[in-house]
Amino acid sequence: MLEMYKEWFDARHEYAKEWKEKSGGKVMGYFCTYAPEEIMYAAGILPVRILGSHEPQDVTEPHIFAMFCPFCRDCLAQGLKGRYDYLDGIMISQSCLHIRQAFTSWKMHIPTQYSYYLPMPMKVQSPRALPYLRAELENFKKSLEEWTGNKITDDDLRNGIELMNENRRLMHQVYEMRKKDNPPITGLDSMYMVVSSQMTHKQEHSRITRDVINELGKKENGRKTGERLMIIGSEDDDSKFIQMCESVGATFVIDDHCTGSRYFWNEVEPNGDPLTAIAKRYIERPPCPSKDWEERRRIPHILQLAADWKVKGAVLIQQKFCDPHELDTPAIRKALEGKGIKTLFLELDVTVPIGQFRTRVEALLEMLQEEDLF
Amino acid sequence: MANKYPTEPLKVWDKAKKLRQDYYDNFIHAREKGGLRWAGGAWAFDAVPYGLGDDVYPLTGEPYGASTAFNGEFSLKCLEATENAGYARDLCSYMRNYWGSILLDKFTFGGEFPKPDFMWQAHICCSHAKWYQVARELEGGKIPYYCVDVAVGPYDTMDENKVNYIVGQLSDGIDWLEKVTGRTYDDNKLIEAVKNETTAMSTWAEICSLNKNVPAPLDEKTMYSLYVFGVLMKSNRKVGELYKELLAEVKDRVKRGIAAVPNEQCRVMTDTQPPWAFLDVFRYMEKFGCVSVGSLYTYGLTGMWEIKPDGQWGPKTTPMARGVPMRNREEALRALVEWNLAKPEWQHFYDPALKTEMMVRIAKQWKLNGVILHYNRGCEGLSLGIAENRLGIMKAGFPVMTFEGNMGDGREFDKARTMSRIDSFMETLGMKKLES
Repeated sequence: MLEMYKEWFDARHEYAKEWKEKSGGKVMGYFCTYAPEEIMYAAGILPVRILGSHEPQDVTEPHIFAMFCPFCRDCLAQGLKGRYDYLDGIMISQSCLHIRQAFTSWKMHIPTQYSYYLPMPMKVQSPRALPYLRAELENFKKSLEEWTGNKITDDDLRNGIELMNENRRLMHQVYEMRKKDNPPITGLDSMYMVVSSQMTHKQEHSRITRDVINELGKKENGRKTGERLMIIGSEDDDSKFIQMCESVGATFVIDDHCTGSRYFWNEVEPNGDPLTAIAKRYIERPPCPSKDWEERRRIPHILQLAADWKVKGAVLIQQKFCDPHELDTPAIRKALEGKGIKTLFLELDVTVPIGQFRTRVEALLEMLQEEDLF
Repeated sequence: MANKYPTEPLKVWDKAKKLRQDYYDNFIHAREKGGLRWAGGAWAFDAVPYGLGDDVYPLTGEPYGASTAFNGEFSLKCLEATENAGYARDLCSYMRNYWGSILLDKFTFGGEFPKPDFMWQAHICCSHAKWYQVARELEGGKIPYYCVDVAVGPYDTMDENKVNYIVGQLSDGIDWLEKVTGRTYDDNKLIEAVKNETTAMSTWAEICSLNKNVPAPLDEKTMYSLYVFGVLMKSNRKVGELYKELLAEVKDRVKRGIAAVPNEQCRVMTDTQPPWAFLDVFRYMEKFGCVSVGSLYTYGLTGMWEIKPDGQWGPKTTPMARGVPMRNREEALRALVEWNLAKPEWQHFYDPALKTEMMVRIAKQWKLNGVILHYNRGCEGLSLGIAENRLGIMKAGFPVMTFEGNMGDGREFDKARTMSRIDSFMETLGMKKLES
């Protein structure tokens, strides 16, 4: 069953096209995980996250200044190359400046029926953020109603909430299993699970994930766990990198990524007004660093994850030029190392230098193994 | 070669210099007189802390970072200190100069780095809120810090909900200011500061509008020394007064045909911050009779604009002139927020088309021959969408020159290469170096 996640990951476009053909519904590409998918599901729309392909490209140079992150350029490249030509609409929920450029250039140069900019609050720590976001979600809902011609009822929203929550609960169950001394799932497969849930219909993804949970509960994992690592940083769906790390004597047992736990960690508490409940969920989710101020709330969350999943070392990896992560990294490293957790900092580009990174990861693992000896 | 137009220095120059000197002196010596110091961004709502009293002085980070950049040797030490502390060298270079000053405990203007009593910031760029989060940590973690989120979308989408969100944060911020300073807040001082700010920003826009005239009475390099008050202390009464005086002088220059560049025969503009340590590139352009009449940055950060009935971009009508009530705190904050949400430099955070539209409007109405864009590695906020601006401005029919550099990190500016690009651009525009 685990293979299904990778199949979806690899054939994301075929999946969406087939879904569209079968259902006759609309597909919406979104650029950041602050997108309120509950509302899109309530409107009968399939939300899919726009991600890059990790191939060198030269089509974005006229559109995005090279000092912006490779991820935003890789995402735009997919649009310019026509790989998302099945999308009926695009939307972004405001987060960092970099990915916003991919959205605005996409809007300018790639014909799309519908586009929406949702000004998600940046100061999620303010009590003013909740009523503000609630009203913005109402605007988004109205806009979708106008576009689709269908009214979105509170019951539709509750269904959308439950669809998302169920998927979140199931992925949590898989993550819980990673606490075991010998986790039954690798970091790579966990990544495939989470990222594929951003590309497929949640109902179908949840059905497979239920089977995966059954399967993982029964079988013994044949591989050695090695050192228990955590991976922290910006968007990372670089499967080659994760695979390499897990091939040299380590397992990623937990993460703080938007292609990982940050995406699904908390549920919507479905009490009262559904839009308020959805707004509350996005405000309270583990934050992207661009929204983690004035207080640093990521650090206690990361330390708690590290303790609960018995982490020995952490790889902090971020997209090159990612300012929000660059602004957090020194503080996170200090906090982790203060708890005796060794750290390694790496930067992602569209492709990664696997050989060089392997040497550095091996050096981290050797340091961790020295501690085992003494 | 005889000059085409007469020129003369500005009369307000000395007054402007003294006002800037007083700004830094007041901050340094604030505590000696029982006053307070606050640090924060140039885009913060500086009218709000004025309600704490007349002896509360700001230090805004961006102009501080720019002044530090101008002092290349010290700037390099700051940048290296920041990198040694683990921060990436592609981060905002103003911020890195600022943090480096804290780490070295040295102030660009001499002495130790003066510690603020509180930090007051606004956030629209990814670096804004984090700048002072880190600065607070570098200062030991005890200085109270408050930041207001203003990233609610462009002005043409403004509605009650967006205004309420920001007004609500500012109201909470005033309660917070009272708590952390132990002072009682004076709403009348807030109202006065809002009036000062709107007056100063509208007046600055009127001054910039006068550069539509040929010859241009002001050039961009000179304007840098004058626009800066809008990012140092735009709500201070003295800034509005200075700008009123400057407006009268510039009107007089226009009347008498006084040029900033006596051999003006070609007009360009730039978009964003210059590489501050290399402002002589503007003087180099003058050798071709080329005047840069300003930038979206100098016009749109300190100036507030609106489209007039004749289609011209002109100074935004102040809330006072529009009869907007400001009888209490709530009304003053609302007027302040609605005013600031129209700030040109805030618009293109949401869509590069908005910046292109403004720059093309300036290019047409200020009668420009071309546009220069700075691919500024030091500021991701104002470089946002710049490649799309290039395409858009060219599509509108204006030649565009780009150069890559960094406003606050001299290591990332290649002066010889930029001069060479200017040579080529001037050739494209049909300009030749004038005989001296």
